[in-house]
Amino acid sequence: MAVNEPLRETPLIEEHRALGARLVPFAGWRMPVQYAGIKQEHAAVRNQAGLFDVSHMGELFIEGAEALQAVDALITNDASELDVGRAMYTVCCNDEGFILDDLIVYRVGAERVMVVCNASNRDKIAAHFQSRLQPGVRFEDASDRMALLAVQGPRAEAILKGLGAPGAVTSLESFRVVETELDGVGAIVARTGYTGEDGFEMFCASDQAAALWRAIMRAGEAHGLAPVGLGARDTLRLEARLMLYGNDIDETTHPFEAGLGWVVKLDGAPFVGRDALATLKKAGLDRRLVGLEMTGRGIARHGYPIVADGRVVGTVTSGSPGPTVGRNIGLGYVPKGLSRVGTTLGIEIRGKVVDAVVVRTPFYKR
Amino acid sequence: MATFPRDLGYTREHEWARIEGDVIRVGITAYAVEQLGDVTLVDMPAPGEDVQAHERFGDIESVKTVSELFAPVSGEIVDVNADLESSPELVNEGPYEDGWLITIRPSDQGELDGLMDAAKYEEYLGTLDG
Repeated sequence: MAVNEPLRETPLIEEHRALGARLVPFAGWRMPVQYAGIKQEHAAVRNQAGLFDVSHMGELFIEGAEALQAVDALITNDASELDVGRAMYTVCCNDEGFILDDLIVYRVGAERVMVVCNASNRDKIAAHFQSRLQPGVRFEDASDRMALLAVQGPRAEAILKGLGAPGAVTSLESFRVVETELDGVGAIVARTGYTGEDGFEMFCASDQAAALWRAIMRAGEAHGLAPVGLGARDTLRLEARLMLYGNDIDETTHPFEAGLGWVVKLDGAPFVGRDALATLKKAGLDRRLVGLEMTGRGIARHGYPIVADGRVVGTVTSGSPGPTVGRNIGLGYVPKGLSRVGTTLGIEIRGKVVDAVVVRTPFYKR
Repeated sequence: MATFPRDLGYTREHEWARIEGDVIRVGITAYAVEQLGDVTLVDMPAPGEDVQAHERFGDIESVKTVSELFAPVSGEIVDVNADLESSPELVNEGPYEDGWLITIRPSDQGELDGLMDAAKYEEYLGTLDG
């Protein structure tokens, strides 16, 4: 990204300011990192509910009779059987089998597919789709005209009921999607999220986002709904072992070593990167992304070296306190021989080696 | 908005210093606490170690980030706040009271004159980005 490019702002920027959010640059956007405090917001999502503005995410629409096949040819997961109203998590790889982004693919209509990508990858993925999509389908990067709100937490469903959401929304099962109206605002609503909790993501036109945000805040008052920033979003997703692109996965990692083999369907229709991934799978893993728990006094952070027997064997990709699990946790790549649960490792924290152990993930499961 | 007691001296790195007899008590300011968010771990040296003015003597971690701690004056560490090991949140709850970090026996009293008073510190904060 160009250094002098001004930060983009979501249509909810004034809501965040009014709520006293601390705003920080993130992936080219001015985003709320916290309101009341990360720990408090994290607990709100685990115990009641949180409202997130994640309008920086990218929304790409692929339309036409062959829209689903066209998308399927660009992702590792098998979307060929994705019925209308269903969604799936996947990654999108380059020809070498390395990860360009992780995505959720929503089959919104018979001939209409929405692909949601990370803000940091939006231009890259839009260009990739545009250049590699088969002819005959229509492509639109709708990110600039769409906002994305997420309500996450055990009270999420009750809050949407309070908002008068139709039964088609409140009865959605996990990874289902419906196009509907919420408090008079046209929206695509999905039972998806990035927190390890039950919840909904709501895509709507940018110019209606503030009205929807305020309506949800009002409906949530009785349920302990709190606005939640990117700080708690990160600790929530880490506890649930959800990948953060740019930290845990990037163009130097492939899905198998990241533990994402479950979204690679080599037997389905051909897709970009399939041959390379078949070769990588056959070759076996050199390293694996493992869960780490600090047993010594320290907090692992992105980029810290992982050591064993006095030498560097890997790198921490994500790390922070886990507010719900009550331990300092992280993820990192280590050689396969050191990836077994219970293996003792060291994390180099500012020159000092602090003990850690490989643990099962997710760290938190609802 | 954060508040800054009038009886303290302040550094550009957002530590405060309070003269208590022949030692200086040191902590971080309410502004620093606001910037850090929830403090989760404070890493400090042991009593008896020497510190140098404006040099790092430890680290403070919040959920989101890690920051260095700088000594306002040179001298020997007399005491460290052992309560922070189990309760780092004391820094958030009372940065000028139970959330203090260390006490220092200064080797050069004159260094205290180099600290900002509350008004100067507030002025200095005004020059920093939001």
